[in-house]
Amino acid sequence: MRQPNSTTTREYLKPPITEVGVLGWIRQNLFNSWFNSLVTLLALYGLYVTILPLFKWAFVDSLWFSSADACRDIDGACWSIIPANARFIFFGFFPEDQQWRPLTAMILLFALVFYTQDRRSWNRALFPIWACGLVLMGWLMHGGLGLPVVETAKWSGLPLTLMLSLFGMVSAYPLGILLALGRRSKLPAIKSLCVLYIELIRGVPLISMLFMSSIMFPLFLPEGINIDKVLRAQVAIILFTAAYIAEVVRGGLQAIPNGQYEAADSLGLNYGQAMRLIILPQSLKIVIPPSVGILISAFKDTSLVVIIALYDVLKTTKVTLSNPKWMGSSTEAYLFLAVLYFIFCYAMSSYSRKLEKTLHTGH
Amino acid sequence: MTDKRIQQTPSSTDRPIIEIIGMHKWFGEFHVLSDINLHVLEKERIVICGPSGSGKSTLIRCINRLEEHQRGQIFVDGIELTNDIKNIEKVRAEVGMVFQHFNLFPHLTIVENLTLGPIWVRKMPKKEAEETAMMYLEKVKIAEQAKKYPGQLSGGQQQRVAIARSLCMNPRVMLFDEPTSALDPEMIKEVLDVMIDLAEEGMTMLVVSHEMGFAKRVADRVLFMDEGQIVEQNNPHDFFDNPQHERTKLFLSQIL
Repeated sequence: MRQPNSTTTREYLKPPITEVGVLGWIRQNLFNSWFNSLVTLLALYGLYVTILPLFKWAFVDSLWFSSADACRDIDGACWSIIPANARFIFFGFFPEDQQWRPLTAMILLFALVFYTQDRRSWNRALFPIWACGLVLMGWLMHGGLGLPVVETAKWSGLPLTLMLSLFGMVSAYPLGILLALGRRSKLPAIKSLCVLYIELIRGVPLISMLFMSSIMFPLFLPEGINIDKVLRAQVAIILFTAAYIAEVVRGGLQAIPNGQYEAADSLGLNYGQAMRLIILPQSLKIVIPPSVGILISAFKDTSLVVIIALYDVLKTTKVTLSNPKWMGSSTEAYLFLAVLYFIFCYAMSSYSRKLEKTLHTGH
Repeated sequence: MTDKRIQQTPSSTDRPIIEIIGMHKWFGEFHVLSDINLHVLEKERIVICGPSGSGKSTLIRCINRLEEHQRGQIFVDGIELTNDIKNIEKVRAEVGMVFQHFNLFPHLTIVENLTLGPIWVRKMPKKEAEETAMMYLEKVKIAEQAKKYPGQLSGGQQQRVAIARSLCMNPRVMLFDEPTSALDPEMIKEVLDVMIDLAEEGMTMLVVSHEMGFAKRVADRVLFMDEGQIVEQNNPHDFFDNPQHERTKLFLSQIL
């Protein structure tokens, strides 16, 4: 007969050592059959022959701060190309004695983004803070009022990349929302205009939009009027990204149950209030993951501006590589660029995950 | 539910707050409501019953224009419902609606759900709106949940919040569209109790419901609808004990 359980007689045993912990995990997942053991060993060997030499190349035999000549005699990576050319890679043709200006502008931008990422700072003050920050950044980059003027043609490197992508995203998102609402409008004129816009833009590659903005568009302008080239590229990027955002947001709008629209209507809220207070907050939350996907690809697509002779950070790196002294270090330079792009993209995607979590309200 | 009927005099004011005259509605080709004539007096409590698909929900949804009617006229508090969006918004602010599936706003806390209408439609200061909200939450016995989100509440609690949300707009009329149909049996009573309290306070109510106990206790008039028409209407006593129409008899024999 079984005794009823009681804390005095019950003996708590530890599970066998081979079943839990690191050893247990390894046994269960890597060596649970002869075939899996073989695969594990083969994989370990594969890692040994690839990772080890790569590590040796990147960290052991490498040079970090040296002249170009010193790099010729080593087997490892010549990372020296980055510090030696950092000024040009980051700031391009911005006058050397003024380069503190784009540097300050970028620091200001990062500070603003960092301030904004905290949800507690999403209040009425946010808009004027950004407005001041943007005016200040514009002044630092362009000059005037005591600073020497730097033409936008000389804006290049990382500030150009960040500016094109940040303004691209921030302006494309509201425009995309308006297009999505327009596409669901009951008014046929608005609806068909939005459909036409979205489908036209989505049917054209970004490169052709950039070409049109830089070559075709000026032909239609009256003589003497000249719209800045960077601005034209910026507008092309905004118009392009907005069309994609619009379709994602429309998907989010369709995911909201009809009852939400009806509840908002039956309280007497007008269309604008219902959208702003009830429908959009819910649907934009749903579409955070695909939106961030679009924003990330928009960020990377800014590198296409090279084809209209704007020098973003990818192009300035390529220019550095055309210098005979550094020609041999293209692998290192591109790896550096990859890491740079990765940092920004990863920051965006991990922030979006954090945002999803904080906005979750248990439904 | 007890048999005790709430005593009141519906004809104390003779002004109809809702007037529906010769109203027809179609969904595409389907003639869902046919020649509806209905006058609702102030403080009157009407329960509408009928088989599913008889148009009872559509009827009350026409009263705050969640559905459009195609022929006839509807007046709410003297305002005719037409395509004029300003009039529609005015009527909606005066008419509270409680849905079968609650339709609380899941991204807002309970108290935010309640203050939204007063703040944005009535332009009430936030503090005052919050005080009103807490008062109505007390009334539906759920004040301790004010800071939670709808997703954290049970169905019965959510429906009580939905009622409180409508009350915060201080409506002249309350419409209930099968308010207890989506609830588990043990939660139906807590919602009905709130509705009974409301009826006792003299709120004008139109309730689409199959809760016959509720109808017997609070209704001044019970409407039976079938195939888009009001087949029979009577006071609850005569309606249940002495139905006139064959279809009413059949329906009552099926649900009682």
